[in-house]
Amino acid sequence: MIEIQNLTKTFSVVGEDGKQETFDALKNVSLTVGDGEIYGIIGMSGAGKSTLVRCINMLERPTEGKVLIDGTDMGSLSEKELRQMRRSITMIFQGFNLLMQRTCLDNICFPLELSGVKRTEAVRRASELLETVGLPDKAKAYPAQLSGGQQQRIAIARALATQPKVLLCDEATSALDPNTTHAILELIRDINKKLGITVIIITHQMSVVEEVCSHVAILDHGCVVETGEVAEVFSAPKSDAARRLVFPDADKSPMEAEIPGGIPAAGNPDDIPVRLVFDGSHTTDRAMITQMAIDTGIAVNILYASTRCIGDKVFGNMLLGIPGGMEAVERVKAYFADDPQIMIEPAAKEDRADA
Amino acid sequence: MLDRMFSAEALEEALWILKNEFPLALWETFYVTVLATLFAIILGMPLGVLLVTGEKGGVRPLPAWLMQVLNVVINLLRSVPFLILMILVFPLTRLIVGTTVGTVASIVPLVIAAFPFVARLIEGSLREVNPNIIEAAQSMGASPFQIVWKVMIPESVPSLISNVTIAVTTVLGYSAMSGIIGGGGLGKIAINYGYYRYKYLVMLMAVILLILLVQVFQSLGTYLSVHSDKRIRNRKK
Ligand SMILES: Nc1ncnc2c1ncn2[C@@H]1O[C@H](COP(=O)(O)OP(=O)(O)OP(=O)(O)O)[C@@H](O)[C@H]1O
Ligand SMILES: [Mg+2]
Repeated sequence: MIEIQNLTKTFSVVGEDGKQETFDALKNVSLTVGDGEIYGIIGMSGAGKSTLVRCINMLERPTEGKVLIDGTDMGSLSEKELRQMRRSITMIFQGFNLLMQRTCLDNICFPLELSGVKRTEAVRRASELLETVGLPDKAKAYPAQLSGGQQQRIAIARALATQPKVLLCDEATSALDPNTTHAILELIRDINKKLGITVIIITHQMSVVEEVCSHVAILDHGCVVETGEVAEVFSAPKSDAARRLVFPDADKSPMEAEIPGGIPAAGNPDDIPVRLVFDGSHTTDRAMITQMAIDTGIAVNILYASTRCIGDKVFGNMLLGIPGGMEAVERVKAYFADDPQIMIEPAAKEDRADA
Repeated sequence: MLDRMFSAEALEEALWILKNEFPLALWETFYVTVLATLFAIILGMPLGVLLVTGEKGGVRPLPAWLMQVLNVVINLLRSVPFLILMILVFPLTRLIVGTTVGTVASIVPLVIAAFPFVARLIEGSLREVNPNIIEAAQSMGASPFQIVWKVMIPESVPSLISNVTIAVTTVLGYSAMSGIIGGGGLGKIAINYGYYRYKYLVMLMAVILLILLVQVFQSLGTYLSVHSDKRIRNRKK
C-alpha cells in the first residue's frame, strides 16, 4: 500500500523581478493507493503530477509530509536503503529514457547489473521479459532503431526486471499515437493482472484513465481536488478542475462547442440542420433519437454525433437534419422539451461543409 | 630568396634530411603526442567527471567552495601561454624526469597544459548526456559511481572520442613548440633548420608532415566517433 500523507513540495524560484521566491508545486497532498490497483493521477500541465510521482520514489525530496510504502517511511531511509528500495518501485517515462548506446537486451539487463545479478542470469531474465512485452526479436537492436511504442515496451521490460511491487508511469503514453497508446495500456493492464503490481499512472488524458484505471485522483494547482473510483468521479465531477477535464469544452457553453470541419454535407440538402446538446441527460435503454423519429414520424438524419456516456449520463452534441420544414423542427423541439438537460438550437445552414 | 629556397641544392639537402632525420622526428612527435594526451586524459577525465557530478544538482554534489577552487585552477592553467608554461614547470619536470631538456622532458609541460583542457572537453561531453536518462538510472537505484561508470561515460562515447581527437591535435601543435626547449620531433626540425639556419624548404616539409599527422588523427577520430554511435539509424556499411 502506498500512503501519501500531507505532502508539500516547495521550490525556490527566481521571480520576474529577479528576487528569490517560493512556489508550492504540491500543497498538502494526501492519497492512498491500495495493493494491485491501477491508480490514475490526472491534471492539467503544471498541476504538479510529475513532482508528485517523483516524490514517491524520493527523486524529489518532499518539503513536508510523508510517503509510506508498505509502512516504510521513504523519507527516513538512508541513500543506500533508498537505492535498494527503488528496485521495487520502478518507473517509466514519457521520453522512454533508454540508454541509447546499449542494445535493447542490455537495457533490460541494466537494472539487474546495478544490483549485481550475474550476467548469464540477467540475460536469461531479460530474454523472458522481451517475450513478455512482445519484442523477442529486438534483443540485438538499438533503441534508435525502434518506434516510440517499441521503445516504451523495452522501457516497461526494463522496469519489470527487478520484479518491482510498484510501477510508476509518468505520462508514459503521451508521446504515442492513439493505437499505440491503447496497446501500451493493454500491456500495463496485463502486467498488473498477471504480476499483481500496483500501478500509478500519471496523465493529462481522460481517455487513459478511463481505459485502465480503477481509481483516480484529480490534481489541480498542486492540490488533490477529488479522489475516488473512476466511474464515480467522472460521472459526477464535483470540482471545477474535474469538470474541466471531463468536458474540455466546458469554458464555452455546450451550445458553442465546435463541430470539427463544419457541418457535414451528408443528408438531404433541404433538411434543416439542428443541433442537439446533451448536458448530462439520463440515458434510457431506448435509442433516444430513433424513438423520437418513431414517435413523431419525422425521419431525422443524424449528420454528426459526438457524445460521451459517463455512468448513466450522456454528454456531448449531435447534429440532426430534419426534413419537413420549420414545422417539423418545432415538433422535435417540443418532443424533448421536458428534458432540461437537452438543448436544441438551429444550426446555421451556411456552416454546411458543402456550402 | 625564393629561388634559393627552391634551388636544386636546397632540394637535394632537404631530401637528405628528410631521409635521415624525419623518420625519427616523426616517431618522436607521435609518441610524445600520444603519451602526453594519455596522461592528460588520466588526469583530466576524473576532473571532468567531478566538474559535472559535483555541481549543485549533480549526481554527487561537492561543497561549493571546492568546485570554485577546481574551476579557478583549471581556468588559470588554461590561460597561461604554453611557451611560458613550459618554463614555469621546469622544477616539476626536473622532479619527475630528472632533466628539463629532451624529448621525454617535454612531455611534462605538455601534460600540464593539456589536462585542464581535456577536463573541460570531458565536462562538455558528459553534459550532453540526456538528464532524463540519468534520472531514469537514479530511479532504478543506481549509485553516483554507477551513474558515471555505466551511464554518463558509455552514453557519451561518441562525443568523448571526438573531443579526445581535438585534444590530440592540440597536443600535437603544442609538441611542435617544445622544440624550443630541446624537445625532439618535427617541431625541432622546423625550428633548427628553418628558424636558425634559414633552410625554409626543410621547415616547409616539417610543417606539411605536421598537417598530414593532424589529418590522420582527425580522420581516425571522426571515423571512430561516428561508428561508435548507436543513435545513428541507417549507417551505410
Ligand atoms: N525543480 C523545479 N524548480 C522550480 N519549479 C519547479 C521544479 N520542478 C517543477 N517545478 C514547477 O512545479 C510545477 C509542477 O511541475 P510538474 O512538472 O510536476 O507538472 P506536471 O503536472 O507534471 O506538468 P506536465 O503535464 O506539463 O508534465 C510547475 O509549475 C513547475 O514549473
Ligand atoms: Mg510532467
